[in-house]
Amino acid sequence: MNKINLHSLLSSIDISADWVGLREVRETTTTRFVRDGKPQANAKETTHGIMVEVLADGQFGYYGTNRMDSGSISDSAKKALKQAKSAAKYAIHTFTEDARPPFTGKYCSDYKIPMDAISPGELNQLLCEINNALKVSDKVISVNALARIVETTHHFVSSNGSDILQEFLLVTFDASATANEGPVFQTRTHGGLRGYSRQAGAEMFGDKEDILAVAKRIGEQSVELLTAEECPSGTMDIVLAPDQMMLQIHESVGHATEVDRILGDERNYAGWSFVKPDDFGKLQYGSQLMNITFDPTVTGQFASYGYDDGGLKAEKEYIVKDGILLRGLGGKESQIRSGMPGVANFRASSWNRAPIDRMANLNLEPGNSTFEEIISAVEKGVYMESNRSWSIDDYRNKFQFGCEYAKLVENGKLTKTVKNPNYRGISNPFWNSLKMVGNPDTFGMYGTPYCGKGEPNQTIRVGHASPVALFENVEVFGGA
Amino acid sequence: MEKIFDQICEALFSKLQEGEYLTVNFGGEKSQFIRVNSAKVRQTGLIDDADLSLELIHDNRVCHGSITVHEPFEVMKDEAVLELERMRLEVIQLPEDPFIVLPENAGSTKEIKSANGLPQVNAVDALLPAMDGVDLVGIWASGQIFRGNANSAGQKHWFETETFSLDYSIVTPDHKMVKGTYAGTDWDQAAYEANIADSRKKLEVMNRAKKKLDPGEYRTWFAPAAVSDFIDMFSWNGISEASVQQGNSALGKMRSEGQKLSPLFHLAEDFRSGLVPRFNGRGEVAPDFLPLIDSGELANTLVSSRTAKEYKKKSNFASDGEYMRSPVMNTGSLDEKDVLKELGTGLYLSNLHYLNWSDNTGGRITGLTRYACFWVENGEIQAPIETMRFDDTIYRFFGTELEAVGKAKVYLPNVLTYVGRELGGFSCPGILVKSFVLTL
Repeated sequence: MNKINLHSLLSSIDISADWVGLREVRETTTTRFVRDGKPQANAKETTHGIMVEVLADGQFGYYGTNRMDSGSISDSAKKALKQAKSAAKYAIHTFTEDARPPFTGKYCSDYKIPMDAISPGELNQLLCEINNALKVSDKVISVNALARIVETTHHFVSSNGSDILQEFLLVTFDASATANEGPVFQTRTHGGLRGYSRQAGAEMFGDKEDILAVAKRIGEQSVELLTAEECPSGTMDIVLAPDQMMLQIHESVGHATEVDRILGDERNYAGWSFVKPDDFGKLQYGSQLMNITFDPTVTGQFASYGYDDGGLKAEKEYIVKDGILLRGLGGKESQIRSGMPGVANFRASSWNRAPIDRMANLNLEPGNSTFEEIISAVEKGVYMESNRSWSIDDYRNKFQFGCEYAKLVENGKLTKTVKNPNYRGISNPFWNSLKMVGNPDTFGMYGTPYCGKGEPNQTIRVGHASPVALFENVEVFGGA
Repeated sequence: MEKIFDQICEALFSKLQEGEYLTVNFGGEKSQFIRVNSAKVRQTGLIDDADLSLELIHDNRVCHGSITVHEPFEVMKDEAVLELERMRLEVIQLPEDPFIVLPENAGSTKEIKSANGLPQVNAVDALLPAMDGVDLVGIWASGQIFRGNANSAGQKHWFETETFSLDYSIVTPDHKMVKGTYAGTDWDQAAYEANIADSRKKLEVMNRAKKKLDPGEYRTWFAPAAVSDFIDMFSWNGISEASVQQGNSALGKMRSEGQKLSPLFHLAEDFRSGLVPRFNGRGEVAPDFLPLIDSGELANTLVSSRTAKEYKKKSNFASDGEYMRSPVMNTGSLDEKDVLKELGTGLYLSNLHYLNWSDNTGGRITGLTRYACFWVENGEIQAPIETMRFDDTIYRFFGTELEAVGKAKVYLPNVLTYVGRELGGFSCPGILVKSFVLTL
């Protein structure tokens, strides 16, 4: 591996700028995927480069390059400077180096067993066994299992003294079964949307018996859904499992409270927000049971880190407390532009993109109710697990989500399994219909590698943890 | 870039041992991005990015690797050889793969398109003044894009082009928006300014008060950009043969139940524009023209060589992901000037937003209206509408409810930049449907 001395590269840059930063990212993604008992992918992809950022005349300019010798980096800084200077007279905001506060520190993902403890052959063998466990009957027409391991090193140094080294080990595990009978097809996965994603090591694959039991259940539920009744239509209560709450939090709280969206940066792509700057501290975002935290410090959660890509130290903050919207998801640049408090969430997908406001870990804090208490409080409703369909408007108001698996709740009891469960609503009234929040025993920690945003576009990892939650009077419906 | 690609391929192929097959793919770009908000610069910069991905086949086993292209060349060459050695050690540990497709030499191609684009140093000064006085938000992306493929059988393809795009929205003070795109290869300042001026004019009709609609069924005209959003969904659990075989396709009913779309609906892969390379990641060259849906019937799915081997089908040299690379939808007979008259009373939808399958195998899509969407009465635009959610099936709006297809085709460039700047786009007309379901 070609080691880069960022300090030496930084000192070789000779330009007249107010601030210079170098952010080196080396990321290796190993994907192992077995479908129907046959290997589909054994791929190791590496990307490595440096984002050179320059502040001049109040405007940042950047040059992302994978040419990392000192001559190329020095040349990149000169070109970034030209970009900054040519744009300065049209700048949306005149920044100072306050936008890049100096921090030094380290972060390393917490894991028990390094990934090289499992050989490629052993991991393929396990994925094949998972395929076998998923195929519980001839009605299961296709199965697959995925293990994705991401090893990332970020090193950030700047002319005002930042020096931050962060090393991440991230693992995604998924298993999926599709069953068919006549015209009916049903697919069941391990949490939907590659939701079983964490910062961890080989321990994620350590308990083989447990993993195979999970796979068997996924296969059985795909078959069970074939003969299940269609999800009923009507207005009723819904109980959402943590792997569906992941999407509910992500789409209707996370994106809505990103400060760069509120400031209009995203209006040409992902959209704006129903949240306005003067809503902070006032808006009753949800019922009093709603407590949402931004927390990149949770051990093992998918989007944990020590510092964001602007160098700001990460800390836990309440975004919504007792239902009131307190602060937005805005990094230092957004905080300066808006004059509002924010969080350390200025993040880039890699070395070849400039940071923007992203979610990191955004979690619903547990309440006091047991799962049984929640179910027994529902006279007529549906309990739903694992997202399979998601859509929300450009102001983050009107959403519609579909899940893989559901059970009717009748007179306080879980009864029949139903297929194709969907629900729709409007974010603010929906969160105000939050009636019960599960206790820590109902809590689940999920994440997804696939949050898209920004121009140029960026896909980034996010984490969402939540207890089971009950919402009342929601519009529910079934399939086509 | 091509020289670097040639040299690295030569170095790698010379290291192959008996029984090894290697395919090398190259993807790269030299790009400028300028992000604009409120007609001001939010972020600006340049990206130089290039990667080599390698596929090694040995003893009925296959594995993939990659390296970042960088300088000095000798260091990169050493890294590439090291990566090959790593793959050699790994591949023997993997299970046998019965569906391996060995590389072949079916002939090489080379296509280099030069352009007279906007110089990077002048871009801000050329772009920003025309935006003065409006709230414009969007992204400028420009520069060269490179694609290469070579294999140990001696075949090589190289594709190089230079493009630009400004994808933007103009916003009224009360938050109504019009979408615009100016894209091409040779920069024309006057044409660019005319494009922005045209979008400014479109804003005038947006100044009327918004109309709130109730959920229900509406007669609807979808402008080409909206149709394009629907067709994009065909690349996601739709037109792929593998997804049909594995029970995850919205078009599966067309195969298993003989379900049809409207005879007015025709869709094809058409590479004759030359805007995207015809070769895929295996170096296979797709046919110039492949009908996918012909007069409403499923004529072809996209079949990669791997899928062909697994399901005993004939490959049409689709990419491994079996998504559309150069889709074209046929035009119909409805003249643009007659659209409002033929619509009569109903919806004029210019753009859609955040589409997703709400019932994949049922072919049902949900999403939202966005941008310039209007309520029309008796052939006259009355008012922009408030954002509405829809939930309806392709078997209705491209099938039973499809009344007419527009006569004019519009080319919509692909402006996505997730992995890198995308190539190509989609040519399609608008459609008039008798009934479309709004739900919220």
